[in-house]
Amino acid sequence: MWRAVMALIVKELLAVLKDPRSRLVLVVPPLVQLIVFGYAATFDLSRVPIAVYNQDGSAASRALVARFLGTHVFRQVALLESTRRITPLIDARKVGLVLAIDRHFTRDLLTHRPAPVQLIVDGRDSNTALIILGYANSIITDFSLHWLRTHGEPPVPALLHVRTRYNPQLASRWFIVPGIVALLTQVVTLLVVGLSVARERELGTFDQLLVTPFRQIEILLGKGIPGLLIGTIEASATILVAVLWFHVPLRGSLIALYLGILLFVASVIGIGLMISSIAVTQQQALLGAFLFMVPSIVLSGFATPISNMPPVIQALTWLNPMRHILVIVRGVFLEGSTAGAFVPEYAVMAALAGLSLLAAGWLFRWRIY
Amino acid sequence: MSPESEPPPALRLEKVAHVFEAGGRTLTALEGVTARGERGAVTGVIGPDGAGKTTLMRLAAGLLRLQSGRLEVFGVDVARDPDGARAHLGYMPQRFGLYEDLTVRENLDLYARLQNVAPAEREARDRELLHMTGLAPFLDRLAGRLSGGMKQKLGLACTLVRVPRILLLDEPTVGVDPMSRRELWEIVDHLVRAEQLAVILSTAYLDEAERCQHVLLLHQGHLVGATDPARFTAAANGRSFHVSTPGLGKRQLQERIAGVPGVVDATIQGAFVRVVTEPGVQFSSTALPPLSGPLHIVPVPPRFEDSFVTVLKSIRASAGSQPVEHAHPDVPVRAAQTTVHTAARTTVSPGGDAVILAEQLTRRFGAFVAVDAVSFTVRRGEIFGLLGANGAGKSTTFRMLCGLLPASAGKLRVAGYDLRRAAASARGRIGYMAQKFSLYGDLSVVENLRFFASAYRLAEPRRRARIAWALEEFNLATRSQDVSRELPLGFKQRLGLACALMHEPDILFLDEPTSGVDPLARREFWRRINSLAESGVTVLVTTHFMEEAEYCDRLAILAQGRVLATGDAEHIKDRVRSAALPQPTMEDAFIALLQAAPQPSAA
Repeated sequence: MWRAVMALIVKELLAVLKDPRSRLVLVVPPLVQLIVFGYAATFDLSRVPIAVYNQDGSAASRALVARFLGTHVFRQVALLESTRRITPLIDARKVGLVLAIDRHFTRDLLTHRPAPVQLIVDGRDSNTALIILGYANSIITDFSLHWLRTHGEPPVPALLHVRTRYNPQLASRWFIVPGIVALLTQVVTLLVVGLSVARERELGTFDQLLVTPFRQIEILLGKGIPGLLIGTIEASATILVAVLWFHVPLRGSLIALYLGILLFVASVIGIGLMISSIAVTQQQALLGAFLFMVPSIVLSGFATPISNMPPVIQALTWLNPMRHILVIVRGVFLEGSTAGAFVPEYAVMAALAGLSLLAAGWLFRWRIY
Repeated sequence: MSPESEPPPALRLEKVAHVFEAGGRTLTALEGVTARGERGAVTGVIGPDGAGKTTLMRLAAGLLRLQSGRLEVFGVDVARDPDGARAHLGYMPQRFGLYEDLTVRENLDLYARLQNVAPAEREARDRELLHMTGLAPFLDRLAGRLSGGMKQKLGLACTLVRVPRILLLDEPTVGVDPMSRRELWEIVDHLVRAEQLAVILSTAYLDEAERCQHVLLLHQGHLVGATDPARFTAAANGRSFHVSTPGLGKRQLQERIAGVPGVVDATIQGAFVRVVTEPGVQFSSTALPPLSGPLHIVPVPPRFEDSFVTVLKSIRASAGSQPVEHAHPDVPVRAAQTTVHTAARTTVSPGGDAVILAEQLTRRFGAFVAVDAVSFTVRRGEIFGLLGANGAGKSTTFRMLCGLLPASAGKLRVAGYDLRRAAASARGRIGYMAQKFSLYGDLSVVENLRFFASAYRLAEPRRRARIAWALEEFNLATRSQDVSRELPLGFKQRLGLACALMHEPDILFLDEPTSGVDPLARREFWRRINSLAESGVTVLVTTHFMEEAEYCDRLAILAQGRVLATGDAEHIKDRVRSAALPQPTMEDAFIALLQAAPQPSAA
């Protein structure tokens, strides 16, 4: 049996590696996604254009403006003389924030009255607006504390001290890049495996295979093991890039990580083979793969937290292998976790892999044409 | 327009050549072809797949840019004025673009509008087209629900909504049932006579050449003959015979005659061996090794194919050195070695002599009955043919027997098993070769052989020996490292058979094995099949070639999912033999059976 399976595996790997289009699938999507997600997709803001409307013009107000411009987050693109230009600037998306300092700013500060500072934010992109407000708030708080200290004032009664664990600078790259490990592995495995049976069906070689003495389990292994190899190698390459190029810390146990990846790849293979055996043509298989891929990414917690989803959808995410591997990848990368922490994830992915592979094996032979 | 002294021909080709480039390889599709097609005549473009027929058609239709040479349609240079040339043209490609979800009427309307036919002209034209094609009763039927023959007729009608002066038909009759084929030809003949149309028709069926007024013979991109088919056929006058002898099977007799010097061609035709001799060679029993009985030699009228094979053989002889081309006089000898293996195998087939059995076999797809209560048996060592048009249910029956498709009802047994339910090892006893090349195209020849050797679980000394045997026996050794996708058609077909025979199966399933290959490759293929059958292998083959059915011991004729007749070829032909038709062809028999069969209620 193993020699026959071995022959299937060799054939499968040869078919993937000799076909220029398959080779492309192995290299291009990973590269594009690494560049897109590693560099372009970030929640961190930098060089947000702002307009300053400083009616005060004193040393104190200039110091506040300097604090804004001293970070890499904001840059001044306009200096306003009146309120007239505020609306056009924001409407044209020329600025993301207008910092307006009241005429009585210094006077109020010196007379121990609250000194109003107005922030006008473009709320059309709610996420960005919130992050801008967060930055601006902390700058103003820092300014206030500094003022109190240097002017011999009593400090504020309660002070917030924030310490972020696992990602002290809250660099979103640390959050996103480990996610790409899961994303890439899923895309490549699904494409390679998902198209393989459909391609053979289209060319007629699958019939040829079915009339030889191969058993379902052997065909399943012959299709699955090359996928497992390719998926794991793809994952390893992405992990290397994450650590060596993006300098994301890898703190936890590699065994825990790879156990997760193997189970994840196995369940993706099962789903890919199911799609592949239902599809009649490669186009259908490709469409099926994307129909699965898009919701599986949205429902994985890759970009938006699962805890924000409605309870029904949250329950549904349990069927999504990517949700579980993300927990493991992020856990191992950032928290330094070991295998013991992920028993539920392992169990669910193993069950998903088992069920989908069984279903795929059944579909191979019994699908009604 | 100035009056012309001599009107230009409908189609004129002068030194037309065409080369395709793909993946760094160049493929010469046409080379130096100079020919004409006349108005008021059918010009047949004859040759196997890959001969350049479709390239010629597409060049003439202006769908491919002319690379070199000159091509004129009614004196209009196609390269210089493609629109002007197109105004004269009607072109029907191999797969005409019918909209299957539209009705017959809607398809006609659509093509009339695409062709800018004025509604005023349409009414009379439509009536004529519908009358001619016999489609009038089916106007509201979806095109997708028409039979293969009717689809072709609708395609032709759509091509003819605007009256062309020259009609290009690219393999219009391939896979069409014989009755529709005859009707299509009647339409074409009518158009030529009544409208003085010039028709250029390509075909791989050699018997259709005899219906043309003029034929262009293409072989590997070269024009090897441009002639009047009747005269071409007459060249084989007095050289064609039916030969038989008591006490010796037709296959053994054919095998002996094939090796005799002076014999150009020896094929099985029903109960006889059809022999064509070289010009000037007298055929007699003395040329043969001693036989047990007297040899009956009956002169028969020549066929187009007889002359064509003579021409091909002489081309091959002069090309000589090409390994692709060389004939295999030693094949029977090698096959005899194979026989030793085969005879040594023990055949345990419960159910006695019937190796393949189908009883009331039925397959439905929704409401559509693809195979309707089909019954037949195939005995050990027999070559059994399933003959029918595309869509007759051949492939569906075939797939059920191979275990690739569950039967809706009925009983089937292959070597005593239902392959769909039997243990995997039962499949080790069958060999399978599908309609189109279905091996791994990205793998090399030897990688494919290795894969199938492992798939059939050959253990080591035998595995290596069988791979070596396949490379040697099928002349694949020189190209063993080539990527199989890029092999010529004949090589692919041999590789397919080699893979199917890797494990020396008892039963061989062949689905349209020789579709599109040239007559010589088909003969070579059948020589192998014959020697396998002689060594006890049971062969089930599907075909839509009427003549190929003659090679079978027995056959079942299928139409619309039903068996019209079973028996040996002579027996089936006997049914229509009459004083008016003393030598009926398989096509005559098929048509008579179709006409006698009760028409199924409209599906």
